[in-house]
Amino acid sequence: MLDNLTQRLGRVVKTLRGQARLTEDNIAEMLREIRMALLEADVALPVVKDFISRVRERAVGQEVLSSLSPGQALVGVVHRELTELMGGQSAGINLATQPPAVILMAGLQGAGKTTTTAKLGKWLKERQKKKVLAVSCDVYRPAAIEQLKTVAGQAGIDFFPSETGQKPADIAAAALDHARRHYYDVLFVDTAGRLAIDEAMMAEIQALHAQLDPIECLFVVDAMLGQDAVNTARAFNDALPLTGVILTKLDGDSRGGAALSVRQVTGKPLKFAGVGEKLTGLEEFHPERMASRILGMGDILGLVEEAQRSVDQDKAKEFAQKLKSGKGFDLNDFKDQIAQMRKMGGLGGLLDKLPAQFGALAQQAGGAVEDKAIRRVEGIINSMTPQERSKPELIKASRKRRIATGAGVQVQEVNRLLNQFEQTQKMMKQFSKGGMGKMMRAMKGMMQGMR
Amino acid sequence: MLSFFKKKEGGTPPATAPSWTQRLRAGLARTRAQIGGTLGGLFGRSRIDEELLEELESTLLMADCGVEATQWLLAELRGRIRRDKLETPAQLRQVLVDLLATLLGPLEQPLDPAGQHPFIMMIAGVNGAGKTTSIGKLAKHFQGRGHSVVLAAGDTFRAAAREQLMEWGRRNDVTVIAQESGDPAAVVFDAIGAARARGIDVVMADTAGRLPTQLHLMEEIAKVRRVVQKAEPGGPHEVLLVLDANIGQNAIAQVKAFDKAIGVTGLVITKLDGTAKGGVLAAIARQCPKPVRFIGVGEGIDDLQPFRAAEFAEALFEEAPAP
Repeated sequence: MLDNLTQRLGRVVKTLRGQARLTEDNIAEMLREIRMALLEADVALPVVKDFISRVRERAVGQEVLSSLSPGQALVGVVHRELTELMGGQSAGINLATQPPAVILMAGLQGAGKTTTTAKLGKWLKERQKKKVLAVSCDVYRPAAIEQLKTVAGQAGIDFFPSETGQKPADIAAAALDHARRHYYDVLFVDTAGRLAIDEAMMAEIQALHAQLDPIECLFVVDAMLGQDAVNTARAFNDALPLTGVILTKLDGDSRGGAALSVRQVTGKPLKFAGVGEKLTGLEEFHPERMASRILGMGDILGLVEEAQRSVDQDKAKEFAQKLKSGKGFDLNDFKDQIAQMRKMGGLGGLLDKLPAQFGALAQQAGGAVEDKAIRRVEGIINSMTPQERSKPELIKASRKRRIATGAGVQVQEVNRLLNQFEQTQKMMKQFSKGGMGKMMRAMKGMMQGMR
Repeated sequence: MLSFFKKKEGGTPPATAPSWTQRLRAGLARTRAQIGGTLGGLFGRSRIDEELLEELESTLLMADCGVEATQWLLAELRGRIRRDKLETPAQLRQVLVDLLATLLGPLEQPLDPAGQHPFIMMIAGVNGAGKTTSIGKLAKHFQGRGHSVVLAAGDTFRAAAREQLMEWGRRNDVTVIAQESGDPAAVVFDAIGAARARGIDVVMADTAGRLPTQLHLMEEIAKVRRVVQKAEPGGPHEVLLVLDANIGQNAIAQVKAFDKAIGVTGLVITKLDGTAKGGVLAAIARQCPKPVRFIGVGEGIDDLQPFRAAEFAEALFEEAPAP
């Protein structure tokens, strides 16, 4: 499943080494692989067919640069095409109307409309200093209004109360009136999740749209959606004049082929991407990165961002200070480092994000360093007293025995950890003295030590 | 309402309307329109040829069967065509139905809470899969069969998740154990204690939605499971993973990840109505088989029903429009 497209093409490509040009013949099999890869990434079949014929057109006749294999050249074409398809006109939220600018949120059940409403509200409030009001027209699902009220409170935007007994149209009218009279810049109208084939519900949202005349009508869609994304998107697009799409749950491990399907079918820009449950988890959409993700080529930029997100800035600063001074690096810091790594999804998570070739290399180099071993190290440190953690040299035979029992491991494991720590400490010292070469050697030693 | 149980026991066709089969058919109308629409044309052809098989491949792929399961189904079909010398596409349809029924057959294992007391269920899934709604419907289901139920509001994270479950509890007249905030494991522990004290048959523990990539949250749910074990040594007796049928091939990754963290023992497939998808079940059957306990084919409270492989396969490839 996680087979990387480049790798798969590599297998096919072995037969066409040394061909200088991509031709109809030599790419047929590769195109089949690409088709499979796209299907596995949940891109809808009609979209895949379309896309493949486009790629064929573009690719045939392309010169293969000497530094590239034909497979790489083809992947390049595919990547470019994907990026282009998902890019297009620059997005952003359009608020250029007489306030209040109404934003209508639509989508399937469980797509993430309410959470996205709060995220986007917070974004507009903080980035563009808008006065934002949110109202829920979801009178069907239990506690949906309550949910918007809570998240709106967390996001620091105002909430217009509604009741399950009311009609959505009445709620919307009252909210609009309230927004006008209190000079709100933006009014978010959250709606109930609905299936595109549910005619009564689709009629309701159409009526709501006609009544409110929103400047933005955003389609919220789950990045994990499968083949049906294409039908859903088409139905919503036919029923409502959508102005943009928001992709949610992008922090999952789905390849997100739905993005391409939706974009292709609606022709509407992908404006934002939702990542994580926190209300700050909203990003502008990056077509290039999405293309890499769909192709399973690793998301290095995402990795960097995730590192920034999960690393505690203050702690990092403190740590850098310690590094500079070259002393005071103790087992507490050691443990912090491990915790940081865990937060970023552990070694396994990191390896997954790397492009396949690097990932395989890293596995070879340090593959034995399993997450389990790291957990064990953490356990050992947890069994030490605070004093021992800050002064590891205290730990002698009897303390070692106690720690080993506490962590449920053999004494040898404690010894190994202390050795590793000593090496790391040495490395830190060298680092502070600027002995880069030495450090690299020390690092190699540590890798072996951990094995 | 329980007509299909009668049918199972006595073998008499259901007289009360609308029967489960009918509802399943109605719910899968879209899937059938999608598959059947093209298949109708396909099977209406005069003979089996390469073109037909290729069309069939596309159709299966579009039903979210996934590349692996589709290729397997097609390979099997080709084998049968050669072996049994199939000639008409109508025969092919029957073979396809049988194949799918055989593939899905092992997944058909109904859930029986009778053996344990209290029977403890944990419900997990990604965000927006329909966990809380499924619990509400399941509570009704168990009550209908004479089991008493208590719900544990283990989703302490999402806004108003507790209120949502309370509302379901109120509708079904079921006690909901909830705390102001705090640790989901503690809520579940409380609920098990309460169930024991009151002699209640079934405990259903809701959990917050989480994506398998959020490792700390996966660890949290593993802890909930450990705490359940502590409160009831044999428990949890059932770990249900709720899957949204709209989700594509990521469903398999989800099953694997949750299975690794909490040992999934059964699946609930929601939102099967109105989507073109039943195919993801085939992908699951091929790549990570887990019993499918219930499937949801509608928004009504009775539309969550035990999974029946043969009927499902038949309904998927039905030719005549639903009655």
